[in-house]
Amino acid sequence: MTGLQKWRLPVGGRIDRSRPLQFRFNSKLYGGFQGDTLASTLLANGVHLIARSFKYHRPRGVLGAGSEEPNALVQWETGAFTTPNVRATQIELYEGLTAASVNAWPSVETDFGAVNAVFGRMLVAGFYYKTFMWPKLFWDRLYEPAIRRMAGMGRAPALPDPDKYDRMFTHCDVLVIGAGPAGLAAAVAAGRTGARVLLVDEQNEPGGSLLAHPETIDGGPGIQWVERAIAELATTPEVRLLSRTVAFGYYDHNYVMLVERRTDHLGPGHFARQARERLWHVRAKRVVLATGAHERPLVFAGNDRPGIMLAGAVATYVHRYAVLPGRRAVVFTNNDSAYRAALALAEAGAEVMAVVDVREHATGTWPTKVRERGIRVLGGYAIAATRGTRRVSATGVVRLDSGGHGTGPMEWIDCDLLAMSGGFNPTVHLFSQSQGKVRFDETIAGFVPDRAMQPQHVAGAANGTYRLGESLAEGYRAGSLAAEETGFGTGSAPPTPAIETVQESPMRAFWLARSANGMHRGGRQHFVDFQNDVTAADIHIAAREGLSSIEHVKRYTTAGMGTDQGKTGNVNTLAVLSERIGRAIAETGTTTFRPPYTPVTFGALAGRDRGELVEPARTTPMHGWHVTQGAVLEDVGQWKRPWYYPRPGEDMSAAVRRECLAVRNAAGMLDASTLGKIDVQGRDAATFLDRIYTNQRSTVPIGRCRYGLMCRDDGMVFDDGVTTRLATDRFLVTTTTGGAGQVLDWLEEWLQTEWPDLEVYCTSVTEQWATLAVAGPRSRAILARVAPDLPLDDERFPFMSMREGVVAGIDARVFRISFTGELSFEINVPSRYGLAAWEAAMEAGRGHGITPYGTEAMHVLRAEKGFIIVGQETDGSVTPLDLGLERMVSGVTDFIGRRSLRRPAMIQPDRKQLVGLLPQQQAKVLPEGTQLVGDTMPAGGRLTPNAPQSQQASGNHLQSIGHITSSYFSPALGRAFALALVENGRARIGSTIYAASRSGTVPMAVTEPAFYEKRGSRRDG
Amino acid sequence: MLLIPCPWCGPRDETEFRCGGEAHISRPADPDALSDDEWADYLFMRRNPKGTHRERWVHAYGCRRWFNVVRNTVTHEISAVYKIGNSPP
Repeated sequence: MTGLQKWRLPVGGRIDRSRPLQFRFNSKLYGGFQGDTLASTLLANGVHLIARSFKYHRPRGVLGAGSEEPNALVQWETGAFTTPNVRATQIELYEGLTAASVNAWPSVETDFGAVNAVFGRMLVAGFYYKTFMWPKLFWDRLYEPAIRRMAGMGRAPALPDPDKYDRMFTHCDVLVIGAGPAGLAAAVAAGRTGARVLLVDEQNEPGGSLLAHPETIDGGPGIQWVERAIAELATTPEVRLLSRTVAFGYYDHNYVMLVERRTDHLGPGHFARQARERLWHVRAKRVVLATGAHERPLVFAGNDRPGIMLAGAVATYVHRYAVLPGRRAVVFTNNDSAYRAALALAEAGAEVMAVVDVREHATGTWPTKVRERGIRVLGGYAIAATRGTRRVSATGVVRLDSGGHGTGPMEWIDCDLLAMSGGFNPTVHLFSQSQGKVRFDETIAGFVPDRAMQPQHVAGAANGTYRLGESLAEGYRAGSLAAEETGFGTGSAPPTPAIETVQESPMRAFWLARSANGMHRGGRQHFVDFQNDVTAADIHIAAREGLSSIEHVKRYTTAGMGTDQGKTGNVNTLAVLSERIGRAIAETGTTTFRPPYTPVTFGALAGRDRGELVEPARTTPMHGWHVTQGAVLEDVGQWKRPWYYPRPGEDMSAAVRRECLAVRNAAGMLDASTLGKIDVQGRDAATFLDRIYTNQRSTVPIGRCRYGLMCRDDGMVFDDGVTTRLATDRFLVTTTTGGAGQVLDWLEEWLQTEWPDLEVYCTSVTEQWATLAVAGPRSRAILARVAPDLPLDDERFPFMSMREGVVAGIDARVFRISFTGELSFEINVPSRYGLAAWEAAMEAGRGHGITPYGTEAMHVLRAEKGFIIVGQETDGSVTPLDLGLERMVSGVTDFIGRRSLRRPAMIQPDRKQLVGLLPQQQAKVLPEGTQLVGDTMPAGGRLTPNAPQSQQASGNHLQSIGHITSSYFSPALGRAFALALVENGRARIGSTIYAASRSGTVPMAVTEPAFYEKRGSRRDG
Repeated sequence: MLLIPCPWCGPRDETEFRCGGEAHISRPADPDALSDDEWADYLFMRRNPKGTHRERWVHAYGCRRWFNVVRNTVTHEISAVYKIGNSPP
């Protein structure tokens, strides 16, 4: 098959002809060589039509030769390994590679979507906002799905990713980004000082532009200079070179993120041996940006046909890959560099039909050489249009008048390749990401770095310095300075090697080709952003519709978006806009470049944080027991808690009902180990806790417990729990399961920042203690069996007190606290005895019908009593007064939040207050979060939260007056019930309000927020 | 990703820290003596300067100590760190 590479040059290139490879593109078998990219080998096989464009499905080929490629995006490989929208110019060839065109159906050759080209007028700038707006229903059901299907790109893999991805963290003195001539020079100069240097380059081998053009450095081929530099770097101990590594994000304080592709050049199936990609987090003392420049396309009608390429890319394919991209070439340029492509083509055997130069007479070294070869040079001409369906077949050339407009008849010149150059854009993406300010440089007609905001240097083409000698000198200087600034070397740069002198004539900015009749086809085929199918006509429409800010034009036309991020199209977009509205490009400015520079896979970003490693799972000492008993688990924060323990044949509601009734009628046991526990001690512990809680702690006697709320200083409840006084200067504070961390943070913040004079020490002991809550009328009898030495009667062990004693042979703290309303003992034992204590209690309770219960039953039982859960009955906008917990608010001492409870907004009667609700339909358990909509029966109205008063009055719309916070079926009551926050709720007790449910409005009786045993007589047994 | 010089631990990545907003806002000694407006001013009103800003940070995933930072809100340059209770440099 390799014999069929008809466009492969017989000699040359950096390919290994001894290693022929086979691959498939769109199912067809082709040949190539080691060292090829997918793009170079497709061109070697004469395949130019590679993709269909995003919006109009126009045939597209290869435009560039690297990461700037906007057109040749492919679906790379299949199955779990597949990656969508990869640039064919960056896929290294390996044996058996497969790839397919994206955005084409049924095939790239015959694409039904090309009708979009016919209806293209409907898809112009801003079409999302106008064309498909009406009728409204059509958007959801017809337009959007159709547009998404037609104007899309590749497909994400549908299978789990078998590959591994690693994460690396590193520090260096000097990070050099880009290993072209400037970057290599910088790395060499910095490396010689002994500084720690990291040099990264996105390509498979260093060299940059020296791989594309034959240059002479120090009297020898440029590539030999590259090899010497690499050899020196390899033997410098503190220098590391990462190839196939793209710096995609540049963040504050010289924090740069890289992705290293480690196995993609080998193909799928390497996951067993090494990670596919590595995500590098680099902190650099100095950064040298040597990121090069991107060549600009010229903007003329039909400038997007396959076979129309950037001139530098053409030279790259000839020299680096030994591929002739065409046999009859036309070159179109506004600067000298494209003449090198003409020379490369001519030397490789192609016929260069003409060099079309918008300048009258270019006198530089390369134009002179081209003329000497007898190639036709058309000075003062432009290409205004092209022909060709699946590949360019002819170019239409016009004479330019003094104003740069076409004049006279169009001459058609046949060709199969058009190499174009509109000049170069320094690759300022990373510089801009680092907050650096750019400036428009008229001599190169491009944005160059102006003012750096971070410790960095820019060298070479990234700085707008395109001549090799100057570029090398800048690289050496940047590397030396960067090293010196970090304490290495003297700052003096190594001597720049000798470079042959090249004369260059100035470029001429040329933004839009017009024939004598104006823009051919109205500018609708003058592409400025190839990837997003944005044309000059789109920019003109945006300007006509009054958009002049480039950021607005970007959003309206989508120019500069997508995976391309304006690499080739950015300056052309600005220039076309500026010309249209008669403003200098410098005034228009540029859009902000944002990370990532090139797309980054989710795999690389996720790294090993997948599956069960996404977040740590916390389990209690009794977890194994719960699992053995078949508990269904619930995630509470990071904790895995038993939700309910279904018996064979039981569904959730049956299990919860049984568990609830066991607690009410006999005994249940809950694993409450996850409750946050903080040991607070020190001379001023009581004073401190008085300020933290809404009610006092200093008055709690030793061995007694007190429930209370914590507020923020704005008066909103933020946690609750029970505090137990262990000694004069020592308390045990419990918090909600989810709030444990933030409560500890909260205590430490006040101690450190506001009251450093207080002597208090806070220690989290959540994981040091396992907690078993034994609840129910039989709990005292059970305790008596496992803790025979503990006095359990109400007199010696009253409610809200703590006793230390031996439980099941283990030293324990036992608390008489109740979250169910029943007689209840919370047994705390050191964690390592948690399971033993649990099993002993289960054994002791066997004869008493002890039943393990989970968080769902706990919720039902506490809600029956009207006990709140912070985060469920509260949401950061609820005060203790809203909850009806005035009795928890100290009138004696100041506490955090106290003053706010007097603010006018806190005492308004229409605040939402906690109430109970009983649905008229006794079995109706409404979903938590259900909106409550008022006290009159709405007549078939539609729910519109916060509708204006006028609409409400019409009776068709309802306004929310609150929502349901907790909603369950109570086995004890035999009916559904709910807790809710309702505007002016307490005044509504006894009345009926309505809940908006999917099936209509439901009448609910408003009650006190307590349903079961309101007198609280059961807690003492 | 800021590099924050913790006064106790040295320079560490921003992800180890949490920002606590503007520094040097003392909780009034006698909140009851304040009018509603004065109390609201303490609760809610914060400077949002373009340029130098003094703010509190805590080394949450390190030594867990609070300290003050002088940061330029435009360039993110950190010009000083100093301990709680000390005067700004």
